[in-house]
Amino acid sequence: MGRFWSILFFLVPILAIATLVMANFGIAPLETARLPRSFSMAGDTIDQLFNGIHLLSALILSGTVLSLGWALWKFDHRRNDNPKARYFTHNTRLEIVWTIIPAFILVFLAFFQMKSWSENKMDRPTLTVNGQSVPVPPIVMVKAKRFGWEFHYAGDDGIVDTQDDIYIENQLVLPVGEDIVLQLESRDVIHSFYVPELRLKQDIVPGMTQFAWFHSREAGDIEIMCTELCGWGHYIMKADLKLVDRSTYDLWLAEQKSPYTPEFKSNPEVAAAENARYTESDARLERSAQAGNDLAENSIE
Amino acid sequence: MAEATVDNLSKHPRTGNPVSRFVFTYVFATDHKIIGLQFLFSSMIWFFVGGFLALAVRWQLAWPWSDMPIFGHLLFADTGGQMSPNFYTMLFTMHASIMIFFVIIPILAGGFGNYLIPLMIGAEDMAFPRVNMMSYWFMWPAFGFIILSFFLPEYGPAAGWTSYPPLSVLNGGAQTLWLMAMVCVGISSMLGAINYLTTIIQMRAPGMTMFRLPMTIWGMFITAIMQAFALPVLTAALLMQLSDRILFTGFFLPENVSINNGVAASGGGQALLWQHLFWFYSHPAVYIMILPAMGMVSDIVSCFSRKPLFGYRPMVYSITAIAGLGFIVWGHHMFISGMNHTLAMSFMVSTMLIALPSGVKVFNWIGTLWGGKLHLTTPMLFCIGFVSMFVIGGLSGIVMSAPPVDIVVHDTYYIVAHLHYVLFASSVLGVFGALYFWFPKMFGRMMNEPLGKIHFLLTFIFLNGTFFPMHFLSRMPRRVADPYIYDGLKDLLPLNQFMTICAFAMGAAQIIFLLNFFGSLWFGPKAGRNPWNSNTLEWTVPSPPPHGNFEVQPIVRRGPYEYSHPDVEEDFCPQTKNDV
Repeated sequence: MGRFWSILFFLVPILAIATLVMANFGIAPLETARLPRSFSMAGDTIDQLFNGIHLLSALILSGTVLSLGWALWKFDHRRNDNPKARYFTHNTRLEIVWTIIPAFILVFLAFFQMKSWSENKMDRPTLTVNGQSVPVPPIVMVKAKRFGWEFHYAGDDGIVDTQDDIYIENQLVLPVGEDIVLQLESRDVIHSFYVPELRLKQDIVPGMTQFAWFHSREAGDIEIMCTELCGWGHYIMKADLKLVDRSTYDLWLAEQKSPYTPEFKSNPEVAAAENARYTESDARLERSAQAGNDLAENSIE
Repeated sequence: MAEATVDNLSKHPRTGNPVSRFVFTYVFATDHKIIGLQFLFSSMIWFFVGGFLALAVRWQLAWPWSDMPIFGHLLFADTGGQMSPNFYTMLFTMHASIMIFFVIIPILAGGFGNYLIPLMIGAEDMAFPRVNMMSYWFMWPAFGFIILSFFLPEYGPAAGWTSYPPLSVLNGGAQTLWLMAMVCVGISSMLGAINYLTTIIQMRAPGMTMFRLPMTIWGMFITAIMQAFALPVLTAALLMQLSDRILFTGFFLPENVSINNGVAASGGGQALLWQHLFWFYSHPAVYIMILPAMGMVSDIVSCFSRKPLFGYRPMVYSITAIAGLGFIVWGHHMFISGMNHTLAMSFMVSTMLIALPSGVKVFNWIGTLWGGKLHLTTPMLFCIGFVSMFVIGGLSGIVMSAPPVDIVVHDTYYIVAHLHYVLFASSVLGVFGALYFWFPKMFGRMMNEPLGKIHFLLTFIFLNGTFFPMHFLSRMPRRVADPYIYDGLKDLLPLNQFMTICAFAMGAAQIIFLLNFFGSLWFGPKAGRNPWNSNTLEWTVPSPPPHGNFEVQPIVRRGPYEYSHPDVEEDFCPQTKNDV
């Protein structure tokens, strides 16, 4: 039986690596089990990092678990003729070796990935205006709420969160081939904005204004997922994301560009909520009440 | 040894009527062994409750909105057995809460910690037997609150086991019960931790120096330190959330959040504050859930290799390093949370450093096996299973500790895979190994070996079938009742069905364990004092040990791992043996 168990443990890294390879290269039956193709350069970098650490992990997994299986194969008491096990208690040199070498690998990994993190989360893209570089202004303000997404496009003034914003629900259209900055806010609880194709994820915390950015090189129809539990309807909180070229985008935006867009008019509740936002007094209270009523309606199953 | 610390209450009452004798021996027990078994049995019951919740989660993911077997029609007769989304949210919330707070922490620290610490250090009982009893009985209010919460209209707490506000503050009354339950569990663990620390520091037998302690005790000792330092933070955070809910304070509620049907919250709080406080406990809790298992695995691997534990001191130092680093890595749960993005860098470095002591432990376990005379008994197999699965769990930990990669995998099934490889495939396999190993000591009978091996084989195969494919699902968000609502996830249905079938098979394999456990309890062959020829002190006393543990004061003369010493005739050498 000793051989049986060592084969079982040999199978662990073999199957783990085989399935990982199948998933990564789209081999049946795991052809669907992988991340969708990345739409952005930053996403490619993340993928390379992901695959690189997986490769390293595969090496370590094979090394450790195969030697575990080998120990079971070789040192089973029925096949070990010595009356006793070998008596040795420690080897300081070995301990130092297997601490220092992984330490170097990990420190290298740590520094290697800092660039990717900073381009994804820390260094907001900039543009040059009058010889000065300024951060790219947000093209749209995303307001997450239970259980849907509001998208407020900047109106004629080019600034989001003002009176001439264009309001769309659960559908986001954005141009490809340029730096896109999103302003993320929440109306109620914590949500999270996840687009797998863009390798973009950011929790949206109520009371905080955050920015997320990406640069897609491909057009396509993809989905926005909520990845932070926000209540019973967490699973229905999805929105469509249409990535189109600039001219299509401009055309589309122009169609939406009346403050009384069809979407706006057809949804009096939203219109009321929007108006309340800009009344001087009691704006806060009304908005809360409005959102509260939405919640109350939503929570009835 | 300890006249001053063991009082009369902790002795079995020898007189009185049988009912009160039974009650004081087995119910309001102060004997560490009985309390250990109380923790063990209550954790085992909750283990099966938590397991059923997990199977219901898997059912929904494989056959969404279909009639759940048995329970579907019982609970959802009006919808034809189709569960509601809120019920699904409750399922995974309570699966995690029960498995973490009612199973793994109590069975490791409460069950094995209580049972083994005095026996392995040569003490008569714990330092504070009545505090020990209180520690167990604080679990019962928690059990009560949680059972009660299942009967509320919203089926139970449903804000995730992490209970992030504002959602948790906004949810129904079950959340209040959840918070109160967690406060009680926290008090139980803190009382236990104080007791373990005092006992290990003060009550070791003569000759039992710190560096002669078995690794099990080191694991429990470091765990107790972590609990003592981290739990007050969680308890404070729980009380803050409780007061946000019932006293309408605003610790975690920012301005303009509407709760309770439009009543504006008091505001001025910060939702991220909870996450910092929560993870300041709950990341160390991850190590609280694995360090004792690592300690027990070290002892069992050394015993069945018939060879000294390779690198005893590095093993001790690495446990200590894991615990120390464990306090400064909580931010890696929050890379995407909106926390300062520069701060993520420092948390990444400290998280990666934890891989070093963890790696040292794995290498030392392999070094222990190397050149040994391996006896592949059931406990040994579970422990080798632990080591191999811990490698997978540890490596996926390195993957996610990279913040750019975490952008993709955060809050997806990749995380679910990782945490189950650490908590189920490592901790729970370690617990099974320890149960098979110490069962003869606890109950005086041996467990059945062939059944144990079949149990191991099936559990091992099906746990990998259940959890390994989750590594491929980094585009599938977790906590989603019906992922197939997304067009991009529709093609994952067959894979999810495969995982669910494996999960059900794994659940069924536990029936073999139950049969073996309860069968052996009554019909197993009698075990002697030392059925495994092990060195540590608990094997020098009868099985099960009598009240007061040791007939004579044990004098410890050597470390716990003198297996196959060239100067000794047998291949083991108990710690008390004096003629070498």
